[in-house]
Amino acid sequence: MRTTQTITASISINNVAVMRGNRIILQELSMTAHPGDIIWICGANGAGKSTLLRMIAGLLPIAAGQRRVEGGVALSDENLALDGNLPLEKALTFWTGLDGRPPGALDHALEVMQLSPLTDVPVRYLSSGQRRRANLARVIASGARHWLLDEPYNGLDNASSARLDDALLRHTAAGGTALVAAHQAPRVPVTATVTLSSGGPAEIQAAAR
Amino acid sequence: MKGFSALVSREVRTAWNGGGLWLPIVFYLAVAALFPFVTGPDKILLGKTGGGILWIAALLASLLPIERLILPDREGGMLDQLAVRGWSDEMIACVKIVGQVIAFGLPLLLASVIASALIGLPEGQLFTLLIGLALALPALSGLGVTIAALTAGLRGASALGGLLLVPMAVPLLIFGAGTFGRTPGNAMQLLAATSLAMLAVAPFAAGAALRALRD
Repeated sequence: MRTTQTITASISINNVAVMRGNRIILQELSMTAHPGDIIWICGANGAGKSTLLRMIAGLLPIAAGQRRVEGGVALSDENLALDGNLPLEKALTFWTGLDGRPPGALDHALEVMQLSPLTDVPVRYLSSGQRRRANLARVIASGARHWLLDEPYNGLDNASSARLDDALLRHTAAGGTALVAAHQAPRVPVTATVTLSSGGPAEIQAAAR
Repeated sequence: MKGFSALVSREVRTAWNGGGLWLPIVFYLAVAALFPFVTGPDKILLGKTGGGILWIAALLASLLPIERLILPDREGGMLDQLAVRGWSDEMIACVKIVGQVIAFGLPLLLASVIASALIGLPEGQLFTLLIGLALALPALSGLGVTIAALTAGLRGASALGGLLLVPMAVPLLIFGAGTFGRTPGNAMQLLAATSLAMLAVAPFAAGAALRALRD
């Protein structure tokens, strides 16, 4: 998979280096994602998983190389980015409104993440697992082509994890891509695994399709 | 631009929910109510100095919201999510400035009507005060947002904010108080010019600070 680029690649990262402060976090990183890919990003703490996702999302400048992302991106990280005083549905509607999504998109996402009974609860009263689900519901409702999920399984119970897996499969079956940074392998079949190690080049393995 | 008004109304809503509506007003009125206790009920002295005191109070009141302008949005991931959606940092700064003009400026103008009565401004000076404050508000908001972005996440941000804002706001204060002087028209024009210049620079300065925050 390294340095191979095809026309259909919707995310292609070529020889990229990312620096934060004076430290090199990622270097000589090349990877591609095609429609339908689920890519697992793993590595020890501090290996640069979140940095990689933030770089692809365009939140971090690249110090070298090329980055090309075609289509919209939705990021789920540790920050909820919802107004704590608002009821859950209103808080999420802020983002779907900004994304220009129809109301049905949010209802569907709430349903998928089993948040429908909690729509009237102010965000600040939600438990950590419920917050995580709300965070993922925003990604699902965004309609973005690429999902960048940073530790999406953290705090999720088994039922919610299974629901996330289903959502991932539906998203990629519809031609979307998903990059999942997690310590444990997702239970869904991944198309490639990117192993990051701090300082060294990343190792990329394509799974047999 | 699509979504701009939604973002501005969120700014106003969060500001007013977080006590932003009353805190500056109460502060402003407190100054206006306390000042006559210090000077004594000297109507002539109050009329002469009252306008200037209200300008100082307005300037200091604009320091109050600084801490909650940028920091909560940064820590909550709001700024990241907007950046992912392609909002430029300069645009976010514009949203914050417009939101601040409404969320802070409108209550301040309202409060100055009451404050001018408390301090006993002479007839006609209330109008001058309102026009002057309205002219200075865009600059005060721009300064506030820029300083909030610069100091977000630093320890002692509010003290630092005061240290940064006060010298930058001195031209506004000079021309603002000048509107009560002998050539109010000239002072008003200079005030408007200063305010415009500050407003023009603020989105870029604040945008650069927001970009630096993300790293």
